[in-house]
Amino acid sequence: MSKQHLNFLLMDAPYEQARTTTGFRMIDAALRKGHDVTVFCYEGAVALAFAKQVPHANAVHGRDAAQEDHPNPKDWVAALLDLAQEKGSKLTWIQCGLCVDERGVGEAVAGTVRGSPADFHKAVEAANNTIVIPTR
Amino acid sequence: MPGYLLIQSRDPMEGGGESFDELARSLASAKSGPVTLFLVENAVLPARKSAASARLAELAKSGVEILADEFALRERGISRDRLIPEVKPAAIDAAVDRMVEGRKTLWN
Repeated sequence: MSKQHLNFLLMDAPYEQARTTTGFRMIDAALRKGHDVTVFCYEGAVALAFAKQVPHANAVHGRDAAQEDHPNPKDWVAALLDLAQEKGSKLTWIQCGLCVDERGVGEAVAGTVRGSPADFHKAVEAANNTIVIPTR
Repeated sequence: MPGYLLIQSRDPMEGGGESFDELARSLASAKSGPVTLFLVENAVLPARKSAASARLAELAKSGVEILADEFALRERGISRDRLIPEVKPAAIDAAVDRMVEGRKTLWN
């Protein structure tokens, strides 16, 4: 199959829903197959790439931050951007600007861009297919 | 062709899945292309033989291809031999492949 362009819209904030993990797995699979991907993060999903996320210790279980090895989705976003580069694919990660400002999460990992719902519309027009993963 | 890809993430016991199943059935009966119901997350639970699995078996009889995310199955300790025969385990790649085919894709 020739290179295609898939478009994903994510809405859930980090650390809340399995939907985010499934969406990331689909994006990962598409990139591994050499396809181009656009991700539009809307509402709480703009915090997925927030650069100031920090791993934390777990005092209840007596583990320090390294032992706890708490996953931060900003690292998954960065890993997907790296994977795209490795596979020769294009991953365009768009953060809804108004959603970012509302939440004060302007510092995003390198490689992401700020946009608006109009950019999602453009991506729908440009892509071969689109999936919207909504909140409930 | 190209047909439809319906991604179901909800356990029917939580509610909210019936209308999606009905959509799959009606799309299959309209014969406007292949229809795949891809079960992810807690939606894989009724893929085990249980009171809730009869609905999936009926859907398969109506012509809907039913796939279950093998990662979600493993997370929940559901081995392949516990699945009803109408449901096939599949990697998440299978969902991406169907998107690439141009299937209209909906998430529930």
